[in-house]
Amino acid sequence: MTSLDIHIDEADSTGIKPLLEIRDLAITFKTGGGDVQAVRNAHLTIMPGETVAIVGESGSGKSTTALAAIGLLPNNGRVSGGQILLNGEDIAVASERRMIELRGNSIGMVPQDPMSNLNPVWKIGQQVRETLKANGRPSGPDDVAKVLSQAGLPDAHRRAKQYPHEFSGGMRQRALISIGLSCQPRLLIADEPTSALDVTVQRQILDHLETMTKDLGTSVLLITHDLGLAAERADKVVVMYQGRVVESGPSLELLRNPQHPYTRRLVESAPSLASRRIQAAKEQGIETSDLLAPAAEPVAADHILKIQDLRKVYKLRQGMGKSSDFAAVDGVSFDVMRGTTTAIVGESGSGKSTVAKMVLQLEKPTDGKILFDGVDTSLLKARELFKFRRRVQPIFQDPYGSLDPMYNIFRTIEEPLRVHKIGDAASREKKVRELLDQVALPQSTMQRYPNELSGGQRQRIAIARALALDPEVIICDEAVSALDVLVQAQVLNLLAELQANLGLTYLFITHDLAVVRQIADHVCVMEKGKLVETGSTDSVFESPQQDYTKALLNAIPGAKLMLPPEVA
Amino acid sequence: MLRFILRRLLQVIPVFLGTTLLVYYMVFALPGDPIAALFGDRQPPQAVIDTLRSQYHLDEPFWVQYGLFLKNLFTFNLGNDFTGQPIAASLARVFPVTAMLAIEALAIQAIFGVAFGVFAGLRRGGWFDSTVLVASLVVIAVPTFVLGFVFQLVFGVQLGWAKPTVGATANWGTLLLPAVVLGLVSFAYVLRLTRASVSENMNADYVRTATAKGLSRPRVVMGHILRNSLIPVVTYLGANLGALMGGAIVTEGIFNVPGVGNKLYQAVLRSEGPTIVSIVSVLVLVFVVANLLVDLLYAWLDPRIRYDQ
Amino acid sequence: MTSNNSHFVAPVDETPLLATDAVKTDHAPLSLWSDAWRKLRRRPLFIISALLILALVVVALFPGLFSSVPPNDACELGNSEGGPTAGHPFGFTFQGCDIYSRVIHGTQASLSVGILSVLCVLIIGVTFGAVAGYYGGWVDSVLARLGDIFFALPLVLGALVITQLPFFRENKSVWTVVFVISLLAWPQMARITRGAVIEVRNADFVTAAQALGVSKFRALLRHVLPNALAPIIVLATLELGVFIVAEATLSFLGIGLPQSIMSWGNDIAGAQASIRTHPQIMLYPAAALSITVLSFIMLGDAVRDALDPKSRQR
Repeated sequence: MTSLDIHIDEADSTGIKPLLEIRDLAITFKTGGGDVQAVRNAHLTIMPGETVAIVGESGSGKSTTALAAIGLLPNNGRVSGGQILLNGEDIAVASERRMIELRGNSIGMVPQDPMSNLNPVWKIGQQVRETLKANGRPSGPDDVAKVLSQAGLPDAHRRAKQYPHEFSGGMRQRALISIGLSCQPRLLIADEPTSALDVTVQRQILDHLETMTKDLGTSVLLITHDLGLAAERADKVVVMYQGRVVESGPSLELLRNPQHPYTRRLVESAPSLASRRIQAAKEQGIETSDLLAPAAEPVAADHILKIQDLRKVYKLRQGMGKSSDFAAVDGVSFDVMRGTTTAIVGESGSGKSTVAKMVLQLEKPTDGKILFDGVDTSLLKARELFKFRRRVQPIFQDPYGSLDPMYNIFRTIEEPLRVHKIGDAASREKKVRELLDQVALPQSTMQRYPNELSGGQRQRIAIARALALDPEVIICDEAVSALDVLVQAQVLNLLAELQANLGLTYLFITHDLAVVRQIADHVCVMEKGKLVETGSTDSVFESPQQDYTKALLNAIPGAKLMLPPEVA
Repeated sequence: MLRFILRRLLQVIPVFLGTTLLVYYMVFALPGDPIAALFGDRQPPQAVIDTLRSQYHLDEPFWVQYGLFLKNLFTFNLGNDFTGQPIAASLARVFPVTAMLAIEALAIQAIFGVAFGVFAGLRRGGWFDSTVLVASLVVIAVPTFVLGFVFQLVFGVQLGWAKPTVGATANWGTLLLPAVVLGLVSFAYVLRLTRASVSENMNADYVRTATAKGLSRPRVVMGHILRNSLIPVVTYLGANLGALMGGAIVTEGIFNVPGVGNKLYQAVLRSEGPTIVSIVSVLVLVFVVANLLVDLLYAWLDPRIRYDQ
Repeated sequence: MTSNNSHFVAPVDETPLLATDAVKTDHAPLSLWSDAWRKLRRRPLFIISALLILALVVVALFPGLFSSVPPNDACELGNSEGGPTAGHPFGFTFQGCDIYSRVIHGTQASLSVGILSVLCVLIIGVTFGAVAGYYGGWVDSVLARLGDIFFALPLVLGALVITQLPFFRENKSVWTVVFVISLLAWPQMARITRGAVIEVRNADFVTAAQALGVSKFRALLRHVLPNALAPIIVLATLELGVFIVAEATLSFLGIGLPQSIMSWGNDIAGAQASIRTHPQIMLYPAAALSITVLSFIMLGDAVRDALDPKSRQR
């Protein structure tokens, strides 16, 4: 291994001095259980005009490092070692007064969540204006409008007079970018600036951010969990793991030639890079049970689900007794073959989750039919519906919301068995143990409560609960979206294995095309309630027919990057 | 904003009608002879019974009775009390005194409660915070009428800082002591609510963003923490007006303030049913209107409210 | 190669790779309630208030254990406003009754009104609030308006009106006071419950339960209500204190408990006549009342902190 552990102190050969240099940074948090070191020996260098990305999973210390660079650590956190040099000045020990001078003017910030980072009670224009004013810049209505329009907000004069809740997520993020860059700082800290947004909006905003910072000559410290995005947007990538920098270097170099085992693991499981379907488990499954029909083989078309012309119309109240119709799902038809995975892809508001709810019989369609195993589900009586529930099970997105916090894991997984009066107490306990084995969790987890488990573990509990009734179809509504990349890959692998072993049929609802590529046989692309494109995963990815599908594919971060040789 | 006001106004009407109906129904329309019931054990002269019968139209159907009661209420034709004085006239005399008392008490709660709460919330866990928190618990635990007697005794009688009873000389100065008593319990609640709200908002994302913009600490506190923290406090103050009215009855009784509460207290002591119903109806109207005003203030503080629903 | 473009790799032995997403097994399983209980046990606020309340309950149940003097029989006008003497540590009231004995025997009325009112408010408020919040629609609208109407009737004012009814005038008892308080105070409990239920009802675990075949009503009982309980419990403990004050206030105004029932409110009212000359006559029942209220408020505070979801680990 060619480990070049050089700490870069001196200016490089061209004589340009680094703008930001973090040396041996340590950050300690005071907690109820004593001091916890969140960051150790962190180091990175940003040259003027350069974009550097810190990549890591949640809890890796990437955001903490970035917040330290603008002096905004939470009250219980402090820099306990090392230096943060901005143009040679150590801001880790700077006074609060000096920091107030630097913030806005020299260091700007674009925060993560556009929903919670604008003050809901002030107009957008006011929030821009106070930034300009605090940093001693002209702050008339025209100046405010100029700043906003530079961030790509059309009709800025009018927009400045609106409140945050009148803005969409993408527009709020633009407003936040305009605030972060309004005083033309030399360094911009962008903490997951687009992770809360749809991919197409994400792309537009990142493009715009890139143009703006290039024009201003601003250096960017980009914090992200997405290796593909980091590699695409940054000159250099710093990988953090467990509070330490494990690897850093030029983006492409690092991607093609990852050295540290953690980086390698990241590169291998990053869905946007390793774009092929998870084959291993699938093939393994075919070997073990020949009875399973491989996905692509068109035997007598065994459609377990047929969706015909499905529509769902909501009445939107407009006040004063008026209401208007809103078609959340509008004329959607597709079939799902037994033993395969069909993905429904779309951005927020596309109606994909509503389709899932209707298939689960949790919402009634306004129009159209859902045939399950040849039976029209709208005709099911209460008792038949109860039986239907045994055969179709959901897994939901939010691993923090889908398990009842009051139930321990045993009760959670046992509940479906109890509700359907399956077995006695002893056999139910045995079944729960088996299910925990199946999802690769220790049996001792039974006595624990959801709040003690990580997101990925909770999601595996949700899978175990869904499997308890030996269902035929599992509807996964954004089942892996909230998980860190490695955990996501782990859960996807588990799902693929279970499919191979149990012959399950998946209907997979997601906004993430990269995940689709990994797991799905068929894809349905939805936009604004309508189905725009459908086909086998390979055909849709290789030759998308519709503009919308192409835009979605293009927007996958890192899609255009060269893939590591073994996966490409 | 206009639409919001209109909608709120429309919502007030059924509430007011329902509440007065409830009050009226309970006293005048339940089975039994309502007039006899009004007098309890005493035997009223026949003339009074006849007057009351016609005054409350007891020979008419219930809805007509109620309608006439409402009409009388809105025209301030509230009838006479047992001494023969018209209720409306004496209410008009005493109402300004109670208004003064309530405003003074409200000001004490709001100003001191918010100020102390902000200081405590900004330095959560500091000595000021701890002291104020314990003190507020004690204040909350002592009921208004006990506090009233204690303050009357200590500040009025023993120290002589204020007049122990207000009597006919009601003005801002003489009302200060009863206003402090009246406002103290809610002062403690306002303080605690502000403190909780401030310390929660201090960790809000937008406050961090405001700091990242380069704003100075006072600007962040004034512009972003304070205003957002006031929203739940204002809601509380509105809902608490009812408790203020209840407290006013007790406080005015103790300090002999010539106000609405005292009038009501006297009526209760003398078991004057009609007077009680009339005054309570007027107070309900005041309460409902005051709550409407609070809601408007709330909508002004929090723009999201104006557009909701 | 310029140093700035170097490819740095941390030594692997310094940054070992951990198993992805391993289950932590180093502590005992923790339910929400046992976690809250563990937090409560360590709070001095909780310990003090719980001990006080325990003592109050014992006094209320067995007043005879603490005072051998019968509270009413021993009133002798000759003792009027008398100071402490042997066997009568707090002295005598205007009527010449033993203050200590009356304070001890008054505990029962205050506590029973508080506890019974809270129980009634819980039954009415939680039922209405849960149904309104969970099912929504017209049920919600009707209940909301009904709640508004009662809400517009402040407690003391409403009580003044209700107690003018002949039935209440003739049958003053603990139960009439409980009825009046519950009737006027349930809307707040209903509001809190409704809000908490609305927050939970759309949680994924409720949807998941229904997809498992749990009926809508059972999901309310088994999943929604248990998760909406925290704010309800907090409000209930706080209201205990508030209702005890309300009873005392009503008794003080002469529209609460009858004179025949010994209560702190009645005693405080009775002590008014002697306030200038013998303030201690009012001091003792007032102190008893304040300490009782204080302990319930402290309990409510401690419980709220313990149940605060923000303080829970994830």
